[in-house]
Amino acid sequence: MAQRASTASKKSTQVSTQVIRDLHERMVRIRLFETEAGKLMEAGKLPGFLHLYVGQEAVAAGVMAALRDDDQITSTHRGHGHAVAKGVGFREMYAELYGRVTGACLGRGGSMHINDLSRGMLGANGIVGAGVPIAVGAAFAARYKGEDSVAVTFFGDGATNIGAFHEGANMAAILGLPVVFVCENNGYAEFTPQSGHMLLTDVADRAAAYGMPSVIVDGMDAVAVHRAAAEAVARARAGAGPMMIEAKTYRFFDHQGVKGLRHPYRSDEEVAEWKSRDPIDLLEARALADGTATRADLDDVWQRTREEIADAIAYAEASPLPDPADLLMNVYSG
Amino acid sequence: MTTTTEAPALATRKLTYVKAFNEGLAQAMREDENVFVAGEDVAGYGGVFRMFDNLLDEFGPRRMIDTPISEAALVGLGVGAAAQGLRPVVDLMFMDFIGVCLDQIVNQAAKMKYMFGGALSVPLTITTASGAGLGAAAQHSQSLEAWLAHVPGLKVVMPCDAYTAKGLTVSAIRDDNPVVVMLNKVLLGSTGEVPEEIYGIPLGQAHTARQGSDVTVIALGRMVGEALAAADELAAEGVEIEVIDPRTVQPLDTETMFASVRRTNRVLVVHEAVTFGGLGAEIAAQIQDVVFDYLDAPVLRIGAPFSPVPFSPVLEKAYVPDRARIAQGCRRLLERS
Repeated sequence: MAQRASTASKKSTQVSTQVIRDLHERMVRIRLFETEAGKLMEAGKLPGFLHLYVGQEAVAAGVMAALRDDDQITSTHRGHGHAVAKGVGFREMYAELYGRVTGACLGRGGSMHINDLSRGMLGANGIVGAGVPIAVGAAFAARYKGEDSVAVTFFGDGATNIGAFHEGANMAAILGLPVVFVCENNGYAEFTPQSGHMLLTDVADRAAAYGMPSVIVDGMDAVAVHRAAAEAVARARAGAGPMMIEAKTYRFFDHQGVKGLRHPYRSDEEVAEWKSRDPIDLLEARALADGTATRADLDDVWQRTREEIADAIAYAEASPLPDPADLLMNVYSG
Repeated sequence: MTTTTEAPALATRKLTYVKAFNEGLAQAMREDENVFVAGEDVAGYGGVFRMFDNLLDEFGPRRMIDTPISEAALVGLGVGAAAQGLRPVVDLMFMDFIGVCLDQIVNQAAKMKYMFGGALSVPLTITTASGAGLGAAAQHSQSLEAWLAHVPGLKVVMPCDAYTAKGLTVSAIRDDNPVVVMLNKVLLGSTGEVPEEIYGIPLGQAHTARQGSDVTVIALGRMVGEALAAADELAAEGVEIEVIDPRTVQPLDTETMFASVRRTNRVLVVHEAVTFGGLGAEIAAQIQDVVFDYLDAPVLRIGAPFSPVPFSPVLEKAYVPDRARIAQGCRRLLERS
């Protein structure tokens, strides 16, 4: 039952123009959201922590382009990219980062708890690995209600060392639930390299322990991620149970924030090598080469997104702060 | 805030605590198609304490789900399913096992509504068996209500008899918040009058189990029965104690306690959990805060000593508070002033 393809299926290399453009737009939206958020953090405008997703855009875009609005995702502390790609609005996201009452969490959650149930965004999560069993529960609910939606849980390489991941993977497998496990392997658990936190080279090997098929994809290649995700999602939707995708990727900023490193845990050469494979550059080169888009088409996406982001930041800054009199709101239902 | 006697107008019959729980759960499942049960050995085996007997026959494997021994994934499954509109009942078997799934209870279930800006509710019920007295030793005997009552977003109920086992379970399932139902292992086979119909007992309302004028005894869970036994003993000495059963320890109905203390001027709090950092400390603090001027003696707390629960029956008996210690405590309170 357990099997693993060493790389994603090579068949059907054709991807529609629509998909390429979709992937591109989702990635640009994430990139600009994150780089602007980083600037705001540097300017001292945002309280709290900021775990930027820049560099990993191909994973969120590739997976989310394979999902419907009613498919549920659970995310991580590095969750802005997932939220943006799933369709959560810039305004409520920036307002939340600013701690404003108009934010996605009314200013109660911040960066690590952005959610939008109408988009199937079941929340970023400040606890590593904790979203995994919650996605299993969302998938359980879908099946219980006789719906064919699926749940996708995103997690990093580091999260596969925590119990919730292993318990959730086994639970999904034994219950045969429609869950897609997406490991965004960026090579580091905070500041510890993968070689320092597990003896495996491929996180995907862990899927075999739960009788779950898995696939490894180039996480800088949005098309490759998308193909793998579309297969895994279709498989789950058809009732064939969970599957794992390991996307090998990299974060261009630090674990938290945008500033320099306290200690050189990554070499300049390593960072430069990964940046030379910027997922947006790769997709744009592909689109230009195969005639899917012109430079003007691509530039238009960047320009439109910049304008939308400027509007969202202005909206956030103009939004009211939460009223301390409402501090106890929503601690309980009813 | 509360009535002195529970006078259900419904026809009752004697039922054991565990059967009352089972009946309430089954009725809640009939009432709402979105209620399902998941846990280790809850379906095929019916639960190690027979809490889930016969439910698989009636509700089938769709609604009665046996899971691996994976409490974190089990509670997480409940959180995710609750966030999608179901009303999961997940069973942790022994309360001591919450240590392996505390993140899902404390950081996920309890906080999700608040930190998501009220976007959803988590109508999750967690059932578990707590308490000492069966020689189950340190890892299968704890009463950890204080851990959970400390967490904003959770509710915690402690049924003291068959009637409350059913009614509090039904209310927990109907409630839109995560609620932990702490059943008591020693009480599972105890019997009491239980209405046949489905009924809920309001969460956050204390019950005055016995009226008295001399001392207020606030007792949690199984200690309610011990306090009532102590009351009989003291009555023979001409001392009338009032016994208050909070039923729900989060939210805690302190108003009922304050009203009682204003009349009796003496108060004792008793629970199975260790005294240090227990709910007795919280209750004592709130009482001195609000009704200090009515006290004729300091609030007395009776709980377990600061030790793991011992195995040997002679040690366990010395460890768990009982009617004799409660009666002795009341006498001490009356000796002052």
